[in-house]
Amino acid sequence: MKRRGSIKWNKYLIAGLCMTGLVVLLGILGVFWTPYSTTAMSASERFAAPSLRHFFGTDNFGRDIFSRVMKGIGTTILISTLVVAISGAAGILVGALTGYFGGIVDEIVMRITDAVNGFPSILLALVVISVMGTGQKNLVISLGIVFMPSFIRIVRSEFIRLRDADYISRARLMGVGRVRILFVHILPNIFSTFWVSVMIGFNNAILAESGMSYLGIGVQPPQASLGKMLSDAQGYLTTAPWYALAPGLTIVWIVLGFSLLSEGIQRLSK
Amino acid sequence: MKKRISVLLIMALLTMAALGGCAGGTEDSSGDNSSTESQAGNPVYGGSIVVGIQQDVDSLDPHKATAAGTKEILFNIFEGLVKPDENGDLMKALASDYTVSEDGLVYTFTLREGVKFHNGNVVTAEDVKYSLDRASGLLDGTPLISSLSVLTSVDILDDKTVQVTVGSANTELIYSFVAAIIPAGSGEEESGTPIGTGPFSFVSYKPQEGIVIAKNPDYWQQGLPYLDEVNFKIVNSPDTALLELKGGSIQIYPYLTDSQANELKDSFQILSAPSDVVQALFLNNASEPLNDVRIRQAICYALDLDMINEYVAGGGATLVSSAMLPTLHTYYVDLTDTYGSSANIQKAQELMTDAGYPDGFDLEITVPSNYEYHMQTAEVVAEQLKAAGINATINPVEWSSWLSDCYTDRNYQSTISGITSDMTPGYLTNRFQTDSKKNFVNFASAAYDETYQAAAAALDPAEKAELYKQVQKILCDEAGSAFIQVPPITIAMDPKLAGYKFYPVYVQDMSTVYYTE
Repeated sequence: MKRRGSIKWNKYLIAGLCMTGLVVLLGILGVFWTPYSTTAMSASERFAAPSLRHFFGTDNFGRDIFSRVMKGIGTTILISTLVVAISGAAGILVGALTGYFGGIVDEIVMRITDAVNGFPSILLALVVISVMGTGQKNLVISLGIVFMPSFIRIVRSEFIRLRDADYISRARLMGVGRVRILFVHILPNIFSTFWVSVMIGFNNAILAESGMSYLGIGVQPPQASLGKMLSDAQGYLTTAPWYALAPGLTIVWIVLGFSLLSEGIQRLSK
Repeated sequence: MKKRISVLLIMALLTMAALGGCAGGTEDSSGDNSSTESQAGNPVYGGSIVVGIQQDVDSLDPHKATAAGTKEILFNIFEGLVKPDENGDLMKALASDYTVSEDGLVYTFTLREGVKFHNGNVVTAEDVKYSLDRASGLLDGTPLISSLSVLTSVDILDDKTVQVTVGSANTELIYSFVAAIIPAGSGEEESGTPIGTGPFSFVSYKPQEGIVIAKNPDYWQQGLPYLDEVNFKIVNSPDTALLELKGGSIQIYPYLTDSQANELKDSFQILSAPSDVVQALFLNNASEPLNDVRIRQAICYALDLDMINEYVAGGGATLVSSAMLPTLHTYYVDLTDTYGSSANIQKAQELMTDAGYPDGFDLEITVPSNYEYHMQTAEVVAEQLKAAGINATINPVEWSSWLSDCYTDRNYQSTISGITSDMTPGYLTNRFQTDSKKNFVNFASAAYDETYQAAAAALDPAEKAELYKQVQKILCDEAGSAFIQVPPITIAMDPKLAGYKFYPVYVQDMSTVYYTE
């Protein structure tokens, strides 16, 4: 089963790793250190264009955009990771059980996921937020719920595919326990598919978080967030285009990086 | 998958190209073309315009409408015995003259000759009596306009003279006679087909869409209005408004943000004037540690008002330190020197040390999140308080929860919001009396209550003005709240239009607007 040591590097994987690696490093660095304070305002340096002093320029309050983007990356990646962790874990648990055992519970769970899928994801998250109130925790929970169905479906279909495979039947005949079959025999074999969906889910989570913050119901000021920065920058699109470009291109960069990474992982398994 | 990635790449490149293109085209036009009066050209009669408004109307009945967004439109359709002018004074409208008895209890109005309702009928003393009876509750016991509820009788002396008697004297009551005059007996129909005497008559109203009004050819003010038709169109979001302005489907849009004004300044006339809102960091005087006057004063000292003005209003706001509009010049007193318009961190920290908080404290600022202006102010305020050691956090809430939690239940520590004034000095100051229902900051000062009541009751204008100045001073010295500014109203108007007038109150007077070509 183990293929470690024989990773076939491909260009997607390398490009993806480089792009995401850079962003993640910046994000982690931003947690401990930023060139300037992310909230310190300076009236004399409002709308300063990008320069060596301020890589990405400054915003309407004279805050350093590069520092805020660093913090914003950290916030966005943290939220997206938590969202994917919640929905991925739920996906494995529910998908494994329903896929392996099937039956009436499977039917019910599938119809529920259908119903959740029926809503546009942002709309559903909006509903959850308006019931529970804004805030980072609620954002993570609401997006976690929204992203569950896709993971459940993927894990379930993989388990259905593998539950009748020869080696599983043998294991069953040999009296291996159900839990062991589920999580030791089948689970490792769905990882390549699962990781790809994690990457795609991660990308969607980043876009959803940015979208929610853009709408003003995600991360709240004065905390930096890429989506909120975009919406703040909207009014200065013609006068200070760097204000919108910095967070906008960062989002594009992150999403592109993770897309390449998922493509690379997919090719790895072939 | 591969396809998706290339699509993404192309999109990224396109975005860069598009935004980069914008960057190239913006030469800095620092010429400030904003002014408080729109410049005159040669007025041309006729034409129609579309005015963007922010919300739907709550009632077309002028006595029942309460929303500021409705009153601003109805100002064009209805008039009272008197009406406000752009200087904050009263001008005679349907009354050509009025006298007030020495004890302030009897008002005698002489009606203007030959003023007609939109239905063609001449305004009579009957109509005036009916309207005032209806608005004051003398008709059926429920006052529709609460300030008029002090009226005890409305009597017709002759065809052209109406005498109003009130229960208690209050020189500010005359401002309440801006209440609309409607045809006798038309009360029930007003909400469907409003009929008034204003420069424009009502044409149609579609919920969620807007309201259309047309020129009143018989209007008593010679030469007004210029326009044939005005369409007030409801535009829900400021972003949509921006697009509609640029697309040319709206000619006038009031209440722009500073950044929007910046974006439009090359293609539109941008006009601005002080609004009728006093914005403040309202402090709940009943909560820890804000119940200590020294802590409240420390917060006032810690704020850098000049900086807030610069950041959120582009320097266009008027700084205030108490609850009075500077446009009410008779009563207003400039108290910004009390705490200074820039930050005095040292003084703030001294006061905090005195009060037993040498290391600062936590302060939660609740902000209605739908108001971008207040949110931005909150960001700046939080940062400024941090410099004084006060750990401020922002708690954005929906408007409805702000109303219930902060305003009604008073369950908050501090909040950034605005209070809207009318043209009377008592409107804003009245709410800071200890047991006022509207005293949501829980301000408690016996001296304040006493001075306010004396001011409200005073009949001599000079004495009244002096007392109101003292009222403002007490509120400021006791730091009832940290008052910040009167934000500017900024409007965008098509370059072909002129004649727009700002009022100290929230109205959109379309009668003086005209095309210059």
